[in-house]
Amino acid sequence: MKRPAPAWTWQAGSVLVALAIVLLWEGVAGWRLVSPVFLPTPLAALASLRDGFVSGELWPLISGTVERMLLGWVVASLVGVAVGALIGVSPAARAWLQPTLEFIRPIPASSVMPIAIAIFGLSPGMVLAVVAFGSVWPVLLATVHGFSAIEPRLDEVSRVLRLSRPAFIWKMGLPNALPDIFAGLRLSLTVSLILAVVGEMLSSQHGLGLAILLAARSYRSADLFASVALLGAIGYASNAMLQALERRVLAWRLA
Amino acid sequence: MKIRGRGWAVPLALLLAAEVIMRVNGTRSDALARPSDVAVAVWTALTDGTIVAQSGQTLGAAAGGIVIGGGLGLAVGLWLGLSRIAARLSVVSVELFRPIPSVALIPIALLVYGFGYRMEIAIVSFACFWPMLILSQAAVAGVEPRLLEVARILGMGRLQQIGRIVLPASSPRVFVAFRLVVGIAMVVAVTVEIAANPRGLGYGMILAQQNLRPELMFALLLWVGVLGWAINAGLLALQRSLFGRFARTA
Repeated sequence: MKRPAPAWTWQAGSVLVALAIVLLWEGVAGWRLVSPVFLPTPLAALASLRDGFVSGELWPLISGTVERMLLGWVVASLVGVAVGALIGVSPAARAWLQPTLEFIRPIPASSVMPIAIAIFGLSPGMVLAVVAFGSVWPVLLATVHGFSAIEPRLDEVSRVLRLSRPAFIWKMGLPNALPDIFAGLRLSLTVSLILAVVGEMLSSQHGLGLAILLAARSYRSADLFASVALLGAIGYASNAMLQALERRVLAWRLA
Repeated sequence: MKIRGRGWAVPLALLLAAEVIMRVNGTRSDALARPSDVAVAVWTALTDGTIVAQSGQTLGAAAGGIVIGGGLGLAVGLWLGLSRIAARLSVVSVELFRPIPSVALIPIALLVYGFGYRMEIAIVSFACFWPMLILSQAAVAGVEPRLLEVARILGMGRLQQIGRIVLPASSPRVFVAFRLVVGIAMVVAVTVEIAANPRGLGYGMILAQQNLRPELMFALLLWVGVLGWAINAGLLALQRSLFGRFARTA
């Protein structure tokens, strides 16, 4: 029997595979197997990224998109957790409202955009409203689920301890619902980035979404791929941060 | 029956309230429409065939993306689920490309394909590929190892093991992944139509908004909701009849 290889060799190998894919891209684009109008070389995209950072053009685009996404997401998270908790702890509220919520769940969040345009016009407020409205559902539904699935014995304990209703929600319900809430928060973070990008495209708000649209229209494929990569990085980084927060907050569960 | 009645009560009451308030105030708006007008708009759009044609375009693009993106995702997911080496070597690449939001590819797809089916299918495929890959990889990797031991003792070859053990054992979880992917495909297809592609239900909504026909806009929104709900309900029923007690609703 061979000894199993240490973990770092696998990580290194995994990085090498990713590099090989980028190298393959370099080859395909460099030898013009695909027209450079569609596919820039990775080096060209990297150069565009560097120029954008050095000249400072990219920073306002990044901050515009990130701000829109985070603001909408924070509003959605607060509303979603608060309303979700209220619905989740009350079986009566669940019976009245859950079917409506279940119907709304599969509706594409972006499809409220035409309605938001009709109400708010092509304004920054419209994008924010759509981001907040669209990303509220994952948190809301996850919170309802988290609060409704409380271990019956916890309920009994709280009655023995004569906990008040708010104390019960705070001390039993919330900790119990947190894993579900975090799952919902992660999903709505993804949704909020997507909606921020679509909103920028539709309403010409300054941000990466608009930047990629304009880059494509003027056939600047290097800039286009650079901005797409940045959007990927934003998605990755925001998710990683939320996961780190989740590990900290939920550390007690593992103990 | 009692619970079902209560579930209907809230939306019906809200709709009734909206109808009454708008009638009493005589509201005429470019953004809102009376529920009764919306109902009429749904009926007209259904009978004159526009909604059917638009649904066909949206569902067609979604289906194309599910077949291409979901199919590729399933194939790669099976591979990564079966081979620990491939799984460990692919980690960084998957983490690198997966977080790219699918809508960010709209301009690229526009550049390559122009407007039309191919562009929409390309983006839906990308969106379907990653969840299918990850969930089917987990499904295959989660197959009870003792089943594989039995297969080895019975002297099955690698292909036989895959065909007789791995695929049947992982199929309930793969089906759950498929249901999820169908939902994603619908959402992404409509989003692409709203953002760029002049076809389908999403574009119909944008057009209704630009023509100041809020009743049609809400009618299409309602229709998209019903369609999504019906597809999911159908798949859930299929899941139950196919896998029975093996299916875990997730």
